[in-house]
Amino acid sequence: MISLSSCLILSSVLFTVGVLGFLLRRNIIVIFMSIELMLNAANLAFVAFSRFLNSMDGQIFVFFVMSVAAAEAAVGLAIIIALYRTRETVNADEVNLMKW
Amino acid sequence: MVETALFTILAVVTVITAILVIVQRNPVASAIYLIITLFSLAGIYLLLNAQFIAVIQVLVYAGAIMVLFLFVIMLLNLEREKKIITRHRMQKVFGVFLGIILLAQIGMVFNSVLLEGSKGTFPPEKVAALGNTQVVARLLFTDYLLPFEITSVLLLVAIIGAIVLAKRQI
Repeated sequence: MISLSSCLILSSVLFTVGVLGFLLRRNIIVIFMSIELMLNAANLAFVAFSRFLNSMDGQIFVFFVMSVAAAEAAVGLAIIIALYRTRETVNADEVNLMKW
Repeated sequence: MVETALFTILAVVTVITAILVIVQRNPVASAIYLIITLFSLAGIYLLLNAQFIAVIQVLVYAGAIMVLFLFVIMLLNLEREKKIITRHRMQKVFGVFLGIILLAQIGMVFNSVLLEGSKGTFPPEKVAALGNTQVVARLLFTDYLLPFEITSVLLLVAIIGAIVLAKRQI
């Protein structure tokens, strides 16, 4: 029998791995994948709560999170392509026009 | 018993491949590992009686989104980017430090709050009798109809935005 707390532990570890990837990596595409990891960690928590609290609302929310993630991936990757076209790089450190 | 063993295996695979995603130098390898992560998460969703979400996970995430990622990685010439060295050495130290603090905080929150809420109206037996997809669809087209319609507008905006951004000139 799977317990709620084991699902939540897995979810929090996944989320932390996503945050670490976001903070440590400089390649924008990998940063983007880290965001997907974090979204999936949240989805896992939603599904786990929906299972153990006998409610279907969590699964509906996961559905919406996934559609938002799809939209975000499409727009974000378009931004990366536009960025590569103008700056010839996907290094987040070199993209600093709006930083200062 | 079998469920617990399967869950443990899938959880270990998920965490290991997730860590491999962020340590790989080659973005293509990162993407492949992320696909494995998403597949094992779909398996965990199956164990949690969320069949519809598991299928959607494979179709939308492992299928559509990751193919989009791989497509963009192949489109860009990333040979030079493989040897990106971060100029801020302290960033790694602070990043790991903040990650550990975050994990501790999430653990503390999960430890302190009551995880038992009032039970909803969909026990697993009832959902299994009705069919998972049917229950999700009924809720989606009744209680959550407005958010569902707004999602379609969101996707339309995403399509337009992607075209506008990726086009050389409009």
